[in-house]
Amino acid sequence: MIQILFFLFAALAVGAAINVLVQKHVLYSSLSLIVMLTSISALFVLLQAEFLAVINVIVYAGAIMVLFVFVIMLLNLPADPSDEKETDRLRWLKFIGIPLGIFLLLLVGATVWNVGSAANTTQMPGTAEAIGQSMFTEYLLPFELTSLLILIALMGAVVFAKKDL
Amino acid sequence: MIEYLTSREFLILMAKMIAIFGGVMTALAYTTLLERRVMAFVQMRPGPNRVGPFGLLQPLADGLKFMLKEQVVPTNANVLLYYAAPIVALIPALLSFSVIPFGPDLKITDVSVSLLFVFAITSLGVYGIVLGGWASNSKYPLMGAMRASAQMLSYELSLTLSVVGVLMIAHTLSLGHLVTSQQGTWFGFIPRWNIFLQPVAFLVYVISAVAETNRLPFDLAESEQELVAGWHTEYSGMKFAMFFLAEYANMVTVSCLATILFLGGWNGPMFGPWWLQMALPTVWFVMKISVFIFAYIMVRATVPRIRYDQLMQFGWKVLLPLSVANILITSLAVALS
Repeated sequence: MIQILFFLFAALAVGAAINVLVQKHVLYSSLSLIVMLTSISALFVLLQAEFLAVINVIVYAGAIMVLFVFVIMLLNLPADPSDEKETDRLRWLKFIGIPLGIFLLLLVGATVWNVGSAANTTQMPGTAEAIGQSMFTEYLLPFELTSLLILIALMGAVVFAKKDL
Repeated sequence: MIEYLTSREFLILMAKMIAIFGGVMTALAYTTLLERRVMAFVQMRPGPNRVGPFGLLQPLADGLKFMLKEQVVPTNANVLLYYAAPIVALIPALLSFSVIPFGPDLKITDVSVSLLFVFAITSLGVYGIVLGGWASNSKYPLMGAMRASAQMLSYELSLTLSVVGVLMIAHTLSLGHLVTSQQGTWFGFIPRWNIFLQPVAFLVYVISAVAETNRLPFDLAESEQELVAGWHTEYSGMKFAMFFLAEYANMVTVSCLATILFLGGWNGPMFGPWWLQMALPTVWFVMKISVFIFAYIMVRATVPRIRYDQLMQFGWKVLLPLSVANILITSLAVALS
């Protein structure tokens, strides 16, 4: 049962992710991205990490993607006219993009291959307590640094948006 | 698989699902009648009282009318999204009832993070509004949808932050445990409800909940005088009814959450024979929700709509700082005790 569900949601996630790239209209792309995020959450549920699943939906599908869709509607962006000049100018990018993508895939594959043996160590429950415990003890420094990084990005966005502060 | 499908627990689960779904749908239908009747009494007119005794069959007549109405699709509307939007709005609104405990045993399921599950599911409901407004290819729905999304995004923040204080006191994210953590009394007569420990959080929650469900005085998204009917201007028949149901379902959901978080859920005095004891928790729960629904309707009938800039300023400059300050003070108190 769990395997059937896993393949169902994995296929849905991959299909939606491909659809994000293929769609001409920006709104359809962002809607596919929402489908992708929710199916990733379903995969988290199958891994018994309910907290992560729910947080994934709240933060990405519920907040960030609403902003995306909001901006698309506000600007009322038309379907991508696929400008000839634009594609011409960006043509050489795929020669960098494809090798980089393959490299990333290999890197992830190699990492998963190596970590695979460590998976049968103690099974951590995916509860809010366990995540909070490890986040505020073992991974406190990376956690605080990430929040600092996000703060810097926020300030940068404000500086860009407001010419005279 | 077959064994499970014929087992007793599966049948009980199915019975519970049918009972909760049927009960919720009936309650939603009669909330519309209650709203119309109470509004009418406030405005000193009789309201719908012709269909059945006291107008009690009015929801049935409304449902029949919705089904028989002509289905209109505006020209140049995005047909796929136009049809999908009411479904996208209704499904999350009804899904959140799957984790709400209506009684000690009357609940479909309870996951360890059921409170966050409700927040996550209801936050997806905004897409129905946004897509409905956008796909109609019409000015007023688009403006209504944009207002709705900006408003729901801003108020969701203070709504979610206002419950953090309660969670710190209760030490749990599960709705079932939240209810059981409020059992008993102080000094023998004051119930151990979180509203007495977290009055500020309760106030912030209730105000943000009204704004989150797009109701007066925060119904800028469908203000009749400016935008006809907001995002569902171009919808008719059953599709409109689905939007309508989703709105009322969200109203009931936030009332359920308010009851569970602040008013002790199904806790209440227990007495009488065993069959009364079985039914009493659900009766208390429904009564507490009804208080919220009635307050909602009275607010709609008496308070004028506020301006859009006032709405945004109130959300970001009053409610958000209040809920953050509440978290700080509560965490200090929890750490000291």
